[in-house]
Amino acid sequence: MSAKANTIESLVSREYKYGFVTEIETESVPPGLNEEIIRTISARKNEPEFMLEWRLNAYRHWASLERAQAEPKWANVHYPPIDYQSIVYYSAPKTKKDRPKSLDEVDPELLRTYEKLGIPLREQEILAGVAVDAVFDSVSVATTFKEKLAELGIIFCSFSEAVQEHPELVKKYLGSVVPYTDNFFAALNSAVFSDGSFVYVPKGVRCPMELSTYFRINAQNTGQFERTLIIADEGAYVSYLEGCTAPMRDENQLHAAVVELVALDNATIKYSTVQNWYPGDKEGRGGIYNFVTKRGKCLGKNSMISWTQVETGSAITWKYPSCILMGDNSVGEFYSVALTNNYQQADTGTKMIHIGKNTRSTIISKGISAGRGQNTYRGMVKITKSAEGARNYSQCDSLLLGDKCGAHTFPYLEVKNSTAQVEHEATTSKIGEDQIFYFRQRGLSTEDAVSMIVNGFCKQVFRELPMEFAVEAQKLLGVSLEGSVG
Amino acid sequence: MLEIRNLHANVDGNEILRGIDLKVNAGEVHAIMGPNGSGKSTLAHVLAGRDGYEVTAGEVIYEGKDLLAMPPEDRAREGVFLAFQYPVEIPGVSNMYFLRAALNAVRKHRGLDEIDAMDFLKMVREKMKLLDMDNTMMNRAVNEGFSGGEKKRNEIFQMAVLEPRLAILDETDSGLDIDALKIVAGGINALRSPDRAIILVTHYQRLLNYVVPDFVHVLSDGRIVKSGGKELALELEQKGYGWIEASAQPVRGVSS
Repeated sequence: MSAKANTIESLVSREYKYGFVTEIETESVPPGLNEEIIRTISARKNEPEFMLEWRLNAYRHWASLERAQAEPKWANVHYPPIDYQSIVYYSAPKTKKDRPKSLDEVDPELLRTYEKLGIPLREQEILAGVAVDAVFDSVSVATTFKEKLAELGIIFCSFSEAVQEHPELVKKYLGSVVPYTDNFFAALNSAVFSDGSFVYVPKGVRCPMELSTYFRINAQNTGQFERTLIIADEGAYVSYLEGCTAPMRDENQLHAAVVELVALDNATIKYSTVQNWYPGDKEGRGGIYNFVTKRGKCLGKNSMISWTQVETGSAITWKYPSCILMGDNSVGEFYSVALTNNYQQADTGTKMIHIGKNTRSTIISKGISAGRGQNTYRGMVKITKSAEGARNYSQCDSLLLGDKCGAHTFPYLEVKNSTAQVEHEATTSKIGEDQIFYFRQRGLSTEDAVSMIVNGFCKQVFRELPMEFAVEAQKLLGVSLEGSVG
Repeated sequence: MLEIRNLHANVDGNEILRGIDLKVNAGEVHAIMGPNGSGKSTLAHVLAGRDGYEVTAGEVIYEGKDLLAMPPEDRAREGVFLAFQYPVEIPGVSNMYFLRAALNAVRKHRGLDEIDAMDFLKMVREKMKLLDMDNTMMNRAVNEGFSGGEKKRNEIFQMAVLEPRLAILDETDSGLDIDALKIVAGGINALRSPDRAIILVTHYQRLLNYVVPDFVHVLSDGRIVKSGGKELALELEQKGYGWIEASAQPVRGVSS
């Protein structure tokens, strides 16, 4: 037939539009990891003694793990061994003083970078209603809206600043959800983390705007190890979003972050991620290794932690945002869209640990595989003896585009209380040529068809995102699947 | 409006259409009948531009244009509509959203503005009455969980909204009970108009009691072997397809 159809295969090639490099002077430490490097990082950041101690303990633990077997090997991902001694663990844009005191002191080149990324740093962007903390390589560059939030008693600042200004809160909660002994990458992060975001919402305060962090890896051979800590005191509410991009480079870069959330009585934390790290090129060269530990603790009764993630970037994604449901009647949620295209690999899911009575959790996972992408859902639901009346509902759906990709599901269920109700549903479907033809026969292009089907598939997750980010996420999925179809 | 000349087409290397000639003018309703495997559905799919159907000879002129050179979406935008025999389910995409996107794609092609949400809703409500459709059907995913009858009704409903110039209905009557058949037929009759042509592909004469065709063609072994008026369908009903296959000489399609 002369009117030859475009196949799905040709659709799923993509362009990465955040792959530029910013020319900026940086101050780095030499590559490699030892106690000396850690002392240097801590000294540069002028940290109190307890932080240095904690970092050194984490380092020693990590070094013992490294000697034993290096990183864990159970994930369904494949990559050559990582040389941890070739990575630069600290890189910061050079500034005249130690830290910029206001936006005016931030290097204009850096501000232009964020503008290119569409991140509003200037307070004139008030309409957007988003307060942004931007992390460039290792340091936090600017936090907007700080004063307005301070009026309500909300602390939103870089982690470094929190260590200086609020050491009592840092000391109390750092490592309380993800101890440095938790896993290999958590130990590494605890030893070398250079910055990140810190949020504290006091009793009874509802944070009036979305808080947001934007991460960017710029320097070559640099790892990004940020640490985020969010505490919602009794009756508080906060919604938080993080976004991530990186330049295109041939070699792989390591990103090993830790996020800890603590919700006290009647508090709610919503944490949304739109992850678009550089995924590598079409042949699978380069891209970010995204090995992240994210966990929230519902410490108080009636508390709630909700994770929403849209993962479209990274060469390898390895993350399981989890909830420890300690308080009675506490609620954990996990909504995820993970897309793998070309040679991307994702092993992602969640853990819901039910400890308190009448705790409830919901897991909605949507995996999309295209090209030669491999997408794995791995999730654990654990109901402990004490979790009287606990309930869980899990739904894992996979969508395949083309026939060279893969979808895998590994649910782990551990139920130790007979009053618990646990439900698990899973489906795998494929966008069929007959579906595409149906759209085309109604006048819609192949590209519109794929985009409508994929967005329909992800609807349950997108509606959990704050409005403006839901729009962003839809666009991102569109770009990620965009190809040569005109 | 449509002229098919000496059309040959293969599926998986087997020749299914072996020289179809057919001329259809605006305002006419043509029924294409024939036994299973005679090539009826293949003809419908070739006209719509489905992958996997290889045209080996012949041509199809639609409104003065080479139809076979257009990708399927352009054929649709130019006003060619296929009501599917087996409409597929599209989970997660609401009927309303799908139909509006389709209508706007067609409108854009014709240089019209996108229809706004209120006007669309108003128009849709009217067309729904035509096919006795339930309001909830609009908010459900396209064809998902629809009964066989609901799917067929939904196809004709889409046709009513998209207002094609040439509608090809592939076995729209199959799987319908008598009440549903009457509703669907009523919808089709309401869409008959002097500037629209309809091709009904059907195995049975039953639908033709309700939608009376201007011409009836009998397809056998990839060729039109007999053409006539509506009475030909009745004759077929009595005598069966064997009568035609045994006696008829291949004829060149009728021109009207």
